Amino acid sequence: MEAVIDVTWVAVCRATDIPADGGACALVEGEQVAIFNFARRGEWYATQNLCPHKQQMALARGMIGSTGEACEPKVACPFHKRTFSLLTGECLNGEECSIQTYPVKVEDGVVYIGWA
Amino acid sequence: MVLQPLPTVVVIGNGMVGYKFCEKLLAKTQAFKLVVFGEEPRVAYDRVHLCEYFGGKTADDLLLAPLQWYHDNTITLHLGDPVQEIDRANRTVHSRGGLVQPYDYLVLATGSSAFVPDIPGVEKAGVMVYRTIEDLEEIKAYAATAKRGAVLGGGLLGLEAAKALLDLGVPETHVIEFAPRLMPRQIDAAGSQMLQTKLEALGLQIHLSKATSSIGGEDTIDALHFGDGSRLEVDMLVISAGIRPRDELARLAGLEVGLRGGIVVNDEMQTSDPRIFAIGECALHGGMIYGLVAPGYDMAEVVASQLTQGARAFTGYDMSSKLKLIGVDVASFGDPFIAEPHSRSIVFEDAHRGVYKRINISPDGKYLLGGVLIGDAEAYNLLLQTVNNKIVLPPHPEDLILGARGGEATEGAGVLSLPDEALVCSCEAVTKGAICGAVTELGITTVEGMKKCNKAGTGCGGCVPMVKDLIQGTLLAQGAYIKNVLCEHFEYSRQELFDLLKINDIRTYDAALDHFGRGDGCETCKPAIGSILSGLWNDLIVKQNTIQDTNDRYLANIQKGGSYSVVPRIAAGEVTPEQLMVIGRVAQKYGLYTKITGGQRIDLFGAHVSDLPDIWEELINAGFESGHAYGKSLRTVKSCVGSTWCRFGLHDSVSLAIEIENRYKGIRSPHKLKSGVSGCVRECAEAQAKDFGIIATEKGWNLYVCGNGGAKPQHAQLLATDVDKETLVRYLDRFLMFYIKTADPLMRTATWLNKLEGGLAYLKNVVINDSLGICAELEAEMALLIQNYHCEWREVVENPELRRQFTHFVNAPTLKDPSIEFEPVRGQKIVKAW
Ligand SMILES: Cc1cc2nc3c(=O)[nH]c(=O)nc-3n(C[C@H](O)[C@H](O)[C@H](O)COP(=O)(O)OP(=O)(O)OC[C@H]3O[C@@H](n4cnc5c(N)ncnc54)[C@H](O)[C@@H]3O)c2cc1C
Ligand code: SF4
Ligand code: SF4
Ligand code: FES
Repeated sequence: MEAVIDVTWVAVCRATDIPADGGACALVEGEQVAIFNFARRGEWYATQNLCPHKQQMALARGMIGSTGEACEPKVACPFHKRTFSLLTGECLNGEECSIQTYPVKVEDGVVYIGWA
Repeated sequence: MVLQPLPTVVVIGNGMVGYKFCEKLLAKTQAFKLVVFGEEPRVAYDRVHLCEYFGGKTADDLLLAPLQWYHDNTITLHLGDPVQEIDRANRTVHSRGGLVQPYDYLVLATGSSAFVPDIPGVEKAGVMVYRTIEDLEEIKAYAATAKRGAVLGGGLLGLEAAKALLDLGVPETHVIEFAPRLMPRQIDAAGSQMLQTKLEALGLQIHLSKATSSIGGEDTIDALHFGDGSRLEVDMLVISAGIRPRDELARLAGLEVGLRGGIVVNDEMQTSDPRIFAIGECALHGGMIYGLVAPGYDMAEVVASQLTQGARAFTGYDMSSKLKLIGVDVASFGDPFIAEPHSRSIVFEDAHRGVYKRINISPDGKYLLGGVLIGDAEAYNLLLQTVNNKIVLPPHPEDLILGARGGEATEGAGVLSLPDEALVCSCEAVTKGAICGAVTELGITTVEGMKKCNKAGTGCGGCVPMVKDLIQGTLLAQGAYIKNVLCEHFEYSRQELFDLLKINDIRTYDAALDHFGRGDGCETCKPAIGSILSGLWNDLIVKQNTIQDTNDRYLANIQKGGSYSVVPRIAAGEVTPEQLMVIGRVAQKYGLYTKITGGQRIDLFGAHVSDLPDIWEELINAGFESGHAYGKSLRTVKSCVGSTWCRFGLHDSVSLAIEIENRYKGIRSPHKLKSGVSGCVRECAEAQAKDFGIIATEKGWNLYVCGNGGAKPQHAQLLATDVDKETLVRYLDRFLMFYIKTADPLMRTATWLNKLEGGLAYLKNVVINDSLGICAELEAEMALLIQNYHCEWREVVENPELRRQFTHFVNAPTLKDPSIEFEPVRGQKIVKAW
């Protein structure tokens, strides 16, 4: 188990601001964060918005989905379709780059991002 | 009970062919006792790859089978004990070691020896030949200290030996050839010339038309003396002046031998004594000695078959060969020399790159007869197969040696189009069918695996590239089949899903996934299903925008940096001055880079996502609508001015183009669609490069389909001639709908037609003759799509809920993405490079 990191929960937007089974970008503490409303699974994810492949602020506009037997949730960058795990941030196309993920929670219709 | 002794087969010679004979006979029967006499101290090895001994392979690496194999197969093996006499009357052979061995059948596989011409001084130390492992050991020892080496003979083997000397580090290596050119028996004069240039570039010094008159030196060679009085100082010489069949035993035994050597055999490989066979390089068949391993193996097969009541006969063999020289490709195949009037030759020569290629084709242009390849022999296997299998040539046979112009690789498709019977590995007689079968049925995926599985590629190795291509091609074909299913979430092809979703009246992605898929979908199946749903119902894509590719989701084209470009529809490129001014003002207001597109419209680049709805609103208010440049849908119908202004114009191409563009605008298809209408055959609108193109004729319109610009250009093909406008539109409805329903995701019309079984003829039958009886349905489906057209921009502009989604930051809607940076260029701006 990972060490429990102390996070501050930052309220970001309303849950209805993020399209179902899609994402949107939010500005959190000056950083661009992509928030995904995985409505089909009732799950929420957040990652950095920057795609490390060509440094594009684009992941929030990517399509989400899952892969493999374990249905690992993922997002595909709209630019060149590199895909990243929403759980670990790892690039799923065998490339070195990976992305930062953030804890998310939704309470009373408000989306919070866990900020370390 | 007394067991009848097994009949005895004695094999003289444990070389490549003698070994292969044992292997082949054992594969057929255990009913013989096998006794083998070998002169060399070791069991049979791979002479063909002898030069690899220089490269570090050991003698053991080269063995065709380990000693153990002979024991396991109860072969009685006498190594280092050559047979000295055959007593035909008593049916025995006598070895040098004194063994007397009776036989029921005798197989002579004594091979050949290097031919050493009768030049005074050949006995001197430092003069050697190139045939056995012992020869190589000697060459290696001399090369270690030699300053200058020479090879006598500029044929296949001689050049290989010369290259070996170079690789062994002999500082100066010369090739002495008696003939006026290199490899005169395999390649033509122009090829020799090119080869010589290439070899000289590698560092070989080549002397032609040189007759060696004597070898100088005390006991050890120090120079070569030539007929023309010149001399060359050398401290080692490798003689490679040809081969001489080892027929001395046969001669002694009174068997018929050829005038210039070789044991005479018939088609059954029998010598003049029917109990005695001869195979390999010692056999003279039809006046020919075959100095290659593949025909030798075939002869071994013939004898094994004869001894087991089979009926295989030897009927001659193809002498195609590829030189294993590293650094220069040299190959000849079929009949390399055949000339007018029996054939037409196509020659390609590039002196700069050192490439020479010649192919000889039959006078009617149908078949390939042979050829020569120097400098680039990649096509060798394919060409050889084309000759051997009498494959009918394409209309432009020059493509065979030039490659399809445009640089597209053709090999993959090429090898797969060979018939299953095509002999790919002639050494081991493995067919294309067997290789592909090993991939599909036994799961073989590598050349190494294939070698183990059926020995393909273990002989001369010339077929290895082709074996590789076949493995890859077959895997790819399987993969393509797997790819035919949409992705890991849907086990159906696009066409199947199209029908399923239609029959089950499915209108959302989620419903499709629940009914026919699994998991949560991905970036492949989401837009593909989105395209199918649009093709079925033409509902608003903005209703399910998260399953669309980003361009379709934001109704604009994402560009480097994350800004978008906006293209309003300008049907057929016709635009009023007022409209132009509106576009100009909008571009000015939002700071957009403007450029005329290849499709006769105007693209506005650099829009922030949050500005998109405002930009559209202004454009819509001026009478524009979405140009669908972002969609896999009809882009533009390009037109020339036609009869309205042009003095050559036959009909009004602009009006037709506007009508067509408005008819099909916004309809989603497997990939984008482009079109053009020209007012006469001068074709100013380039209609024949489009997915569907229309050209005016005296009597009406010609309809061309499935053309393509882009990375892989392809001309459109004529579907209908001289039709009136109503017919034209009807055919178009059917054609487009048929494509929309049956193509794979992201498949352009050109590829779709290329893959359509039956091709254009079939398409014509479906669209014009209604051969499938679906035309009424296709027309009705198209009518529904046309009727459901919406301007998607307007939908967003007028819907506050949708409009709200066009922001970069959900929590700061007025803030633009600060990471987008522009820089000025020629009075406009472009995005900063990534
Ligand atoms: C350096 C080199 C490169 C080659 N490259 C190629 C190539 O790229 N492609 C190709 O197709 N071919 C090539 N060849 C030719 C190929 O190796 C021969 O065609 C093949 O080896 C012929 O097999 P064989 O069994 O007839 O003769 P060999 O392999 O020569 O075997 C004959 C054996 O019989 C033995 N023998 C002879 N007399 C007696 C006796 N009285 N008693 C007992 N044993 C006896 C010999 O010692 C020898 O071991 C090459 C040959 C050489 C030397
Ligand atoms: S295609 Fe013919 S009608 Fe059209 S502009 Fe060119 S010349 Fe004129
Ligand atoms: S040709 Fe290539 S670079 Fe040019 S617009 Fe098309 S995709 Fe972009
Ligand atoms: S920028 Fe994201 S995949 Fe290239």
